[in-house]
Amino acid sequence: MYILKLLLRNAFRHKLRTGLTILSITIAILSFGLLRTFISAWYAGAEASSANRLVTRNAVSLIFPLPLSYKDKIRQVDGVRKVSWGQFFGGIYKDEKNFFANYAYDAKSGIDVYPEFILPPDQKEAFIRDRKACFAGRKLAERYHWHIGDVITLKGTAFPGNWDFVLRGIYRGRDESTDESIFVFHWDYLNETLKKTFPRRANQVGHYVVEVTDPNRAAEVAQAIDKIFKNSLAETLTETEKAFFLSFLSMASAIIVAIQLVSFVVIIIIIAVTANTMAMTARERIGEYAIFKTLGFKGWRVAGMIIGESLLITMIGCLIGIGLTSPAAKEFSRYIGTYFPTFRVEIETIYMDIGASILVGLCAAIIPTWRAVKIRIADGLRRIG
Amino acid sequence: MEIITPIVKIEHVNKSYRRGTRAIPVLVDITLDIAEGEFLALMGPSGSGKTTLLNMIAALDQVDSGIIRVGGMDITGLTETQLAAWRSINVGFIFQFYNLIPVLTAFENVELPLLLTGLSRRERREHVELALQVVNLTSRMDHYPGQLSGGEQQRVAIARAIVTDPTILVADEPTGDLDRVAAEEILELMDRLNRESQKTIIMVTHDPRAAKKARTIRYLDKGVLNDVHPQAAP
Repeated sequence: MYILKLLLRNAFRHKLRTGLTILSITIAILSFGLLRTFISAWYAGAEASSANRLVTRNAVSLIFPLPLSYKDKIRQVDGVRKVSWGQFFGGIYKDEKNFFANYAYDAKSGIDVYPEFILPPDQKEAFIRDRKACFAGRKLAERYHWHIGDVITLKGTAFPGNWDFVLRGIYRGRDESTDESIFVFHWDYLNETLKKTFPRRANQVGHYVVEVTDPNRAAEVAQAIDKIFKNSLAETLTETEKAFFLSFLSMASAIIVAIQLVSFVVIIIIIAVTANTMAMTARERIGEYAIFKTLGFKGWRVAGMIIGESLLITMIGCLIGIGLTSPAAKEFSRYIGTYFPTFRVEIETIYMDIGASILVGLCAAIIPTWRAVKIRIADGLRRIG
Repeated sequence: MEIITPIVKIEHVNKSYRRGTRAIPVLVDITLDIAEGEFLALMGPSGSGKTTLLNMIAALDQVDSGIIRVGGMDITGLTETQLAAWRSINVGFIFQFYNLIPVLTAFENVELPLLLTGLSRRERREHVELALQVVNLTSRMDHYPGQLSGGEQQRVAIARAIVTDPTILVADEPTGDLDRVAAEEILELMDRLNRESQKTIIMVTHDPRAAKKARTIRYLDKGVLNDVHPQAAP
């Protein structure tokens, strides 16, 4: 109690300096937390992926299609329970800034292989019945104030033209991590239209989604699928849904690496700021540390005072920073809209904040502690007066 | 004839400081016995080595050669950690600039050395109150050093020095930063501690009025200890 009192009073002896240091730490922890949340959000889709789903795509690249005829051969592979197929559409809603993921999926099988998208039964029926129907996630519908029955027009990019859809369903996610900002319409609608406008692109799919009977056999099933189409005109690459997402995300890996780097640079900068504060503090108090040693306090006790003060300052900044991260993330997610399925502060991010703060507190205290512990008492006392 | 065992026994102590490659002698072959209950004043001009000698008696500095025994223990062979523990039990310190911790109240400053003992909180409180009574500062125990006068701060420092009931009290220019009245009060207090509590006090001063309070005065000049003032020697 006595020592805690001493640490607190020492920490706030220079209120302005300590206040500014705490403010710096708060901003650093807030930035670090938001950057880590951004990275978590980036991988949220991969993390939320199902272990019993495989994705089969063209072995050359994601942008090359596969023949629709593959579906029956895939269905016959031992270990396959369900098969669906789809195409990333990449349509724009009114303006390019209104980004959200939109896909064409085979209506019935698509709903079957994605049980985490929960549609009310009547809406599900309505969607399946109407070839021009679409359904959207709750967040997406809220963002654009869509209601059941609304006609939504997407401007095609890879598939030119204006595409009208009738909103027949609004799904909610089964889990907290389920993306509630996806837009899905009938692959049949896309295919029928292509038959008229671009016949060469008809009857082709972007990828197959394969549900396996046993997740432990996923690798074996994937190999079996790829083996069927070996040496064909469109060889396949089958991988788990998670691996598929990660390979998709890896196209922007440089950005993620840069963000990770920035998040660690923030911590390094704050170590320097806090170390500066602690160095000034220790230099001013070197005489006092000599007094403590004179009275019989051993080196480790003096070290404890400096490290304790450094940790106290960083942890105050850390707690304020953590407290601000969630509201800031919420505000940030309002601006970024539907770019990420979820944008919430994970518990791991908070642990990292705390870990980083402890690291900052300890690193900042190293040199001042070393000086205070090593100074000869007689030299320290000479600095007083 | 009564044989008095010295509480502090200094034998052939030498100390020098290095300036570049040159060794500057500070203390030269010092031999001194200080009896228990003694009030000794060490006088001498600036740079004569009196604070260095005091620091060595109090185990704040190391000798180059020679032996210092306090209460029969040779402190020259102890490690830093052993010395810290030894100081906390055996030495009470009074400094020229009081050296109180500014963020602690008078009570907390006096309590500081007791944190190293195994005393309970209640026992510590009793000891601190008693020490503050001795220096007549009970009424100001909740004040911070900045709220006390120089004389009061020095009284708090004396309370801190005596609270562990140490073997010796060392005082380095205890009146050097005080006005005449406050200095007189502090010297009276030290004199009372010596007479009534038989505290062994070793005081460094260059103030002859302060030295007069001591029972014995020894002089240091250029690192050499004399019984009489060097200028008074025949």
